[in-house]
Amino acid sequence: MTDFIVGHYNYWIVIILMMVGLYTVISRGNLIKKVIGLNIFQVSVFFLYISLGTVKEGAAPIIAEGIEVYSNPLPHVLILTAIVVGVATTALALALVVRIKESYGTIEEDEIHNLDHSL
Amino acid sequence: MEDHISLLLVVVPLIAAPVVAVLPRGRSAWAVAFIVAAACAVLAGMQLWAVLTEGAISYELGGWAPPWGIEYRIDAVNAFVALIVAAIAAITLPYALLSVEREIPEEKIPLFYSAMLLCLTGLLGITQTGDIFNVFVFLEISSLASYALISLGRDRQAFTAAYQYLIMGTIGATFYLIGVGLIYSQTGSLNMQDLATLLPGVLHLKTVETGFAFIMIGIALKLALFPLHLWLPNAYTYAPSVVTVFLAATATKVAVYVMLRILGTVFPQGFALTTPADELFIVAGIAGIVIASVYAIYQQNVKRLLAYSSVAQVGYMALGIGFASAAGVTAALVHLFNHALMKGALFMAVGAIIYRIGACRMDQIHGLGRAMPWTFGAIVIGGLSLVGVPGTAGFISKWYLVVAALEQEAWISVAVILMGSLLAVVYVGKLIEALYFKPVTDTGTAVSEAPLLLLVPTWGLVFANVYFGLNTDLTVGVAEKAAAILGGMKP
Repeated sequence: MTDFIVGHYNYWIVIILMMVGLYTVISRGNLIKKVIGLNIFQVSVFFLYISLGTVKEGAAPIIAEGIEVYSNPLPHVLILTAIVVGVATTALALALVVRIKESYGTIEEDEIHNLDHSL
Repeated sequence: MEDHISLLLVVVPLIAAPVVAVLPRGRSAWAVAFIVAAACAVLAGMQLWAVLTEGAISYELGGWAPPWGIEYRIDAVNAFVALIVAAIAAITLPYALLSVEREIPEEKIPLFYSAMLLCLTGLLGITQTGDIFNVFVFLEISSLASYALISLGRDRQAFTAAYQYLIMGTIGATFYLIGVGLIYSQTGSLNMQDLATLLPGVLHLKTVETGFAFIMIGIALKLALFPLHLWLPNAYTYAPSVVTVFLAATATKVAVYVMLRILGTVFPQGFALTTPADELFIVAGIAGIVIASVYAIYQQNVKRLLAYSSVAQVGYMALGIGFASAAGVTAALVHLFNHALMKGALFMAVGAIIYRIGACRMDQIHGLGRAMPWTFGAIVIGGLSLVGVPGTAGFISKWYLVVAALEQEAWISVAVILMGSLLAVVYVGKLIEALYFKPVTDTGTAVSEAPLLLLVPTWGLVFANVYFGLNTDLTVGVAEKAAAILGGMKP
């Protein structure tokens, strides 16, 4: 049992981060905190992919003499792409938050809601 | 060149996007964007023709052989969807010229068309690729472009709508990514064809089942399948008219395609039946049709009314997928095409009203139908098509859907499909009543008919609604071929 828990520690981290991130997105009313939650959520998926790429006793996937076993480089490459997508999403989200702040004067979801419906 | 059509469809708009962004004037940006969209439509047409006559196309990107390299694999299913996307783009752009000049500040117009082309790139890319990770990348290209496009709407609510869509869309895409990762961990492959041969051996694993669930929920979010539709009404309501037309007619359709592809090609046919997925599709479809249609009736904003109607229409497609039979998949694909036509026409007509009076609330459009007879005519025919009156494209969709439901003896679904039509009569009727039968509200200025450049594309789609309501060779013929490839998911 202990082996199961300790042996999969990276996956536990993934699950905890995933839940923390998703919960933050859902529960927080502050638009910036939502973006942070979204980032934590995405990072957990990056960890998941990197974990999948690990090969026991494997070295970094750079061809060198005397090394027989390499980690799987493909998940790393996939996650590089996903990181780029994540950065673009964050940038766009923050840009939108700036525009929301400019036009509403607040970045709290409930206050924005009230402003839109009190007209 | 013929060999490279599949790649050109993605590369041409992708390269054109930054070119358009640096053009100095709105009109020149528009001209380039229009030429690119028209070229894509021609290419997509050629591609569909090639697939129908010569069979599936496999294009190896950079000469790397699949399953290691990325493969673009085109068969009747995605050639059909790619044609819908490209054709809608080519029809929307002539309409865009005046509408965008009215709604977007001049200095932002080149950027607007650049984002539009990026969105087109993403959507076409999703249809072309045969690699499930590549689907994620294109999904995000199109989504990021559409968040930016939506935020360009005139009201400040456009920002919050875009933000809301961004949050939900990213969660959906990330769920999809988790699913892809889990499946990759058990198969070591990302190529759809390769997965189709590898997955049957590992289906009993919980990891694969979990991956399947993540992918389904992720795409259902992008699809705006009830109850995951919450981003859609605001996004469609506050986006610039052109963006609403384009997204309503293409974005959710492409998501339906991804769903069908995962269910029919990547996973073995029949796998969905061992999971609760197909029942969930039927339940979500039924709930979506009924609840979203009722919501539509009570809307005070015409665009929001049509947006809720879109959620209901997605419900019909979900029903078709849920039936998991060849007839059901055919119905879903036929409705996918027809709904693009009707919502395209309707949102264009509403855009023409916005062009003239700058708003589209129910109480502001009273009596406008008499001042704008052609726009009004388009709304009437588009609305009839939405209801499913014989002689319009909508009837064909409903017909095939009801046939598919009868085949399964799914009586509740049959009743719901017919009830959905009745509810559509109510909300379309409400719209027509406001436009024609209510006395004109005195605004001081006389409203004239929309300019020709807006009317011609609108009526192009209206005629398509009637044409494909009478001649179903293309739609049903191709959809049946496509359904044969995806298979009845029932063995």
